[in-house]
Amino acid sequence: MRSRKIEEAIFRGIMIAATLVVLSCSILILATILIKGLPAMNLDMITKTPKGGYYLGKSGGILNAIVGSILLTGGATLVSIFLSLPVALYANVYADKSSKLIAFTRVSLDVLWGVPSIVYGAFGFTIMLFLGLKASLLGGIIAVALLIFPIMSRGMDEVMRMVPKELLNSSYALGATRFETALKVVVRQALPGILSAVLIAFGRGIGDAASVIFTAGFSDRINFSLFEPAATLPLAIFFQLGTPFPEVQERAYASALILTIIVFLISIGSRILIRRYSKHVIK
Amino acid sequence: MESTSHITVQNLNVYYGDNHALKDITINIPDKQITAIIGPSGCGKTTLLRAFNRLIDTVDGVRITGKVLVDGEDIFDPRADVTMVRKKMGLLSQRPYPLPMSIFDNVAYGPKIHGIRKKKVLEEIVEHHLKMASLWEEVRDRLHEPASRLSIGQQQRLCLARGLAVEPEFILADEPTSALDPKSSLYIENRFRELRSQFSIILVTHILRQARRLADYIVFLYLGELIEHGPVNEIFENPREERTREYIRGVIS
Amino acid sequence: MKSRRLFKDNLARSIMWFSAIFCILLVILIGFALFQRSRYILAMKSLADLFFLDSWHPLKGEFGFFPFIMGTLWVTCTAVIISVPLSFLTAIYLSEYAPRMIREWAKPAIDLLAGIPSVIYGVWGILVIVPLTKNYIAPFFGRHSSGYTVFAAGVVLAVMIFPVIIHVSIEVFRSVSFELREASWALGATKWQTIKHVVVRKALPGIIAANVLGFSRAFGETMAVLMVAGNVPKAPSSILDPAYPLPALIANNYGEMLSIPLYDSALLMAALVLFIVVLFFSILSRFALVRVERSSE
Repeated sequence: MRSRKIEEAIFRGIMIAATLVVLSCSILILATILIKGLPAMNLDMITKTPKGGYYLGKSGGILNAIVGSILLTGGATLVSIFLSLPVALYANVYADKSSKLIAFTRVSLDVLWGVPSIVYGAFGFTIMLFLGLKASLLGGIIAVALLIFPIMSRGMDEVMRMVPKELLNSSYALGATRFETALKVVVRQALPGILSAVLIAFGRGIGDAASVIFTAGFSDRINFSLFEPAATLPLAIFFQLGTPFPEVQERAYASALILTIIVFLISIGSRILIRRYSKHVIK
Repeated sequence: MESTSHITVQNLNVYYGDNHALKDITINIPDKQITAIIGPSGCGKTTLLRAFNRLIDTVDGVRITGKVLVDGEDIFDPRADVTMVRKKMGLLSQRPYPLPMSIFDNVAYGPKIHGIRKKKVLEEIVEHHLKMASLWEEVRDRLHEPASRLSIGQQQRLCLARGLAVEPEFILADEPTSALDPKSSLYIENRFRELRSQFSIILVTHILRQARRLADYIVFLYLGELIEHGPVNEIFENPREERTREYIRGVIS
Repeated sequence: MKSRRLFKDNLARSIMWFSAIFCILLVILIGFALFQRSRYILAMKSLADLFFLDSWHPLKGEFGFFPFIMGTLWVTCTAVIISVPLSFLTAIYLSEYAPRMIREWAKPAIDLLAGIPSVIYGVWGILVIVPLTKNYIAPFFGRHSSGYTVFAAGVVLAVMIFPVIIHVSIEVFRSVSFELREASWALGATKWQTIKHVVVRKALPGIIAANVLGFSRAFGETMAVLMVAGNVPKAPSSILDPAYPLPALIANNYGEMLSIPLYDSALLMAALVLFIVVLFFSILSRFALVRVERSSE
């Protein structure tokens, strides 16, 4: 009888310890980025482009990478919305529940979800060679869109699955077509979840380096053209960290802090948006 | 039967996979009356009701034979426009399912889909039908609030207004009071009495007293078969079939 | 009017159907494209040579992937060995024991961890784990090391896959019905006994799936590993040796030196290997998760 209690206590202790280790790792990461990044931070970092090149430049900022990342990920997110929304709507409004096609689609999305971003980078580059594109904003958009659209589709699919069938039926009963029901009822009912899927995908895209390393290239200037190379934040961090100059490495820490803050803002923003757009949702 | 029939069912069979849910139903539903479909649960009441607006189409693995004639046209004809069939049938389901939008948009949703765009016209439609469902006074000042904030009873009346706003010829009601409190139920029943002169109402119910006090005509289903149908007094006072008598006395349920 | 609405509906149906098909086609297309490009090297070298020779000299036309495959395995396995027990225990604690307060704080924190970009993990690895390895861990074992090692990469990856494994595991534990637990408690079992004999057993396929997902994430992770693993093309023989995993190889070299014959083909073959392994593990974990879902319904 006593040994059971002791076993319980021991395992409970181990579990609490494990949880503390995991949680302290996340705190440690944030603390490290904050402690190293804050001293190197200044206004120039987010308002100026680098002087003397990203690799050697010891002054100026990384506005080129911030703008590049936002344009690139924004474009990729837009592309994936137009791909993901139809997939999720087809799976949940048009297709039969027992549809083999949809089962296959879901497995495919899971597979794509797990494909490493470096493979998307390599595959994207192959496609670009095929299309005759060089490393450019457009190339990066293609690769990142491939990377994030499975995440977005699965997210949308999950929330649309939760839409009660009776809700669809009440729209059909009024004489609405499936398409009208999909756009006006399903999308509205699932809106908070859809927004969060979009933002999660955006967050994943903006932080990814391996998919853009060959496809987007890098540039010291701010570039709005689809066919010119564009800088991205993760690569800026990677390159700055790779230099032998401590001053430039310091700048990498500041860049890391900026990227972390952007990712957190997105995460917090998604929570706020979810709350805001939940008012029409029927429980 | 004294009146003509808008809905005529001929040899209707419905199968869900291997399950033969409705067996060779043939019946005329009387016009401008309240017809109650009664029977024990699982007898096919809801299936029959949902055959009338073809909502059973959305069920996986369903197979249908036979005809349902509405205004003389077979609604299961492959050339029939299912959205037009459904427009003729207002549906009130067991639990109110307002659409995820404002009160106003809930009622305006149907008319908008069917091509009405003018704001002024829509406003008139919404007001008129909310009045018909006697919800107008309660919501006139908060038409643009989410429908989800209404009480369940109000939501069911909103669903009624929403269904009426597409100007159907029929009202299909699937145990419309089963999720409501007694007061809200009474409200719905009273609306039905008022609407009887303008619409043919088909009501699925498992509450025999409700069928008796509300309906003009009774259809009794048992295990997918049509056992008996006739005017309410005949069925309740003097059923011809043994099974009807047993069900009414509460022997089978 | 009527026909226009139905036309739109049918058009939308076709477009959406095509999008669904596109997902399936994309998997095939990626596999096919990578295979097409790696055909050149597969035609020149035998698979055994590619996988088991350890000389990597693209200029001399020698493409032995052995050091990189071993590098990947060492790093991934180190990560999994560190991460699996910790994640498992954390998931049990959070889903079964933790008071509501802690759960409500811990779960978003873990999801936040999942959202941190891999390059940030890399920075953290360079700033914390690499010096730690260099100054304390390697000397403790009497070794001299730059700190850029299998161990450093393993630790960074382990932290990266915590949220993946924990998140899925918690979902799986939640799908085990409460009644099942009550039935066990009613027989006088303690909480831990109930977890050990009932909950974990019931959830086992899902837990395995969660870990497989974590494994395949670690397997394909590029940036963080590239930054801390040391990138020496030699098969490691201990966790304090540097390693050069496959994804890092691709990231460091692809797109450059494409004039060297077969180089590009060799790197795309590396990508193909990653793709096939991840494909296999994703499908495996998918089926395990579907089984859990079915059994809990």
